[in-house]
Amino acid sequence: MVKLVNMKKVVSLALGVALTVSLTACGSGTKNDNVGNTSLSGKIVIDGSSTVYPVTSAVAEEFQIEQPGVEVSVALSGTGGGMKKFTAGEIDICDASRKIKPEEAEAAKAKGIEFVEFEIAYDGISVVVNKDNTWAHSITVDELNKIWGKDSKVKTWKEVNPAWPDEPIKLYGPGTDSGTFEFFTEMINKKAKESRTDYTPSEDDNVLVQGIAGDKDAMGYFGFAYYEENQDSLKVLKIDSGKGPIEPTAKTIKDKTYSPLSRPLFIYVNKDKLNQSPVKDFVKFYLDNAEQLTQEVGYIPLESYDSEKAKLK
Amino acid sequence: MNQIKYRKMKNSIFHGVIFCVTLIGIVVLVILLADIIMRGVPFLTKHFFTNFPSRFPKKAGILPGIYGSVYIILLTILIAVPIGLGTAVYLEEYAKNNRFTKFIKINISNLSGTPSIVYGLLGLTVFVRTLGLGKSILAGALTMSLVVLPIVIVSSQEAIKAVPQYLRHGSYALGATKWQTIRKIVIPAALPGIFTGVILSVSRALGETAPLIMVGAATYVSKLPEGLNSIFTALPLQIYYWMGLPKEQFKDLAAAGIIVLLGILLTTNAIAIVLRNKYQKSIE
Repeated sequence: MVKLVNMKKVVSLALGVALTVSLTACGSGTKNDNVGNTSLSGKIVIDGSSTVYPVTSAVAEEFQIEQPGVEVSVALSGTGGGMKKFTAGEIDICDASRKIKPEEAEAAKAKGIEFVEFEIAYDGISVVVNKDNTWAHSITVDELNKIWGKDSKVKTWKEVNPAWPDEPIKLYGPGTDSGTFEFFTEMINKKAKESRTDYTPSEDDNVLVQGIAGDKDAMGYFGFAYYEENQDSLKVLKIDSGKGPIEPTAKTIKDKTYSPLSRPLFIYVNKDKLNQSPVKDFVKFYLDNAEQLTQEVGYIPLESYDSEKAKLK
Repeated sequence: MNQIKYRKMKNSIFHGVIFCVTLIGIVVLVILLADIIMRGVPFLTKHFFTNFPSRFPKKAGILPGIYGSVYIILLTILIAVPIGLGTAVYLEEYAKNNRFTKFIKINISNLSGTPSIVYGLLGLTVFVRTLGLGKSILAGALTMSLVVLPIVIVSSQEAIKAVPQYLRHGSYALGATKWQTIRKIVIPAALPGIFTGVILSVSRALGETAPLIMVGAATYVSKLPEGLNSIFTALPLQIYYWMGLPKEQFKDLAAAGIIVLLGILLTTNAIAIVLRNKYQKSIE
């Protein structure tokens, strides 16, 4: 009996040792796949859209606290510039305020580069007017097209809508290199980059904010964050795409009822890199924290990041 | 009599006009500086100099930008001054005064007016891609050297040209060779003018943004540069980015960044001016 107990002890001890050894072996084998527990090293090179930059740099800032050994750099040469480097294999992740273009995907394929697209947030392009504008409250997509169309000759508010006063209309918008411009023209004028050109352009959205805030007859458009930050000096127009006027808010942008000017923001990740540390850990960290960080920098998070996280597997 | 009065009046009017013209420049500068200082100074805390950029204005710092910019200007001086000075000495002292030399001189002058983004493109193709330096400090500094090289060459040329001929003749008369004369007489006498070129180059290199963006300098880096191959950011990039953000506080942060940039610029220039004055005295 005594002997038996001893035997039991020995067996359980042996089992325990065996288990510990195998677990340790397992642990060291999967070390690189662990997030948070181990300290990682390596480089992550990111470039692309200046719209997405605030989110990505916020993620990088937080990731740094968790993984100080990894060198993360984020540049902002625009979606187009970033894509050129991404499809040439020079960077790991490309921030993009639009979907990858067929010719860019083609270029990546020619170089043998595969990629994965992640949606990370929404932005609602807001059409704003001066605070003292008492007549305009909502505007239809057709009216916007009438104003901003390529051959538009609209000079007064009355020409857009007979109910509005016979006052001149002064237009402000982003420069032609901007992703906001590209998206707005595609949605409103049905062709990207096609727009009337006799408006006051600026690459700096703060300049547009100031221009519209100081001009009673002004109208312009830019990202939701710039409206949100300047609500006191601007008035936002509700957009009517046939289903009644909808104001851009976190909710309407997120559930896409604010249509057609609600746009998704993306990151494109090199697939080879995504399968390895540290890019894999960074992207996982990105999706885990996107909900909070996107809001902190003025964007609207996705309803759920589950479908994006599923792409990691 | 009338004629004299008329001429005197014309004289004083012109005096007034150029005074006003001078004033415009100064007033604008004073307003700009006052605005920047008022906005920026409250943000010039200790952690602004020791922190990395952040999405929270209160926590944000500019340390990587300072590192990047200082690295870039030091390397640029190290690369551009020897090459520029060598070129100037060759063109002024050795090259025959023929059409070809004239052609080169005209081209160098023209290059100093070339938009810096062109150099950025060149840097991207040659240093980053062809030579495989990547988005490194070295590639950035080499590109920046190209930007400032014409300034260094032209100002060194002018300085060498201004060295009185009798100094050279005196040296030759004592049996010195051409190289000895250049090394012991011409270059020391031209040094003040050469330093002026260096001051101008530093100012240019510190403020340029476009070529660095082309070469692939980042705006956010998580680590300080560790060597010539490190990726980097620079002060103007950080300032430009902060300026464009929707939150008002970031514009004040940008103003604080501008003060730091001005501080570095004035410090490096002060060093160059002190050196210049020292050599000026020793020549006299």
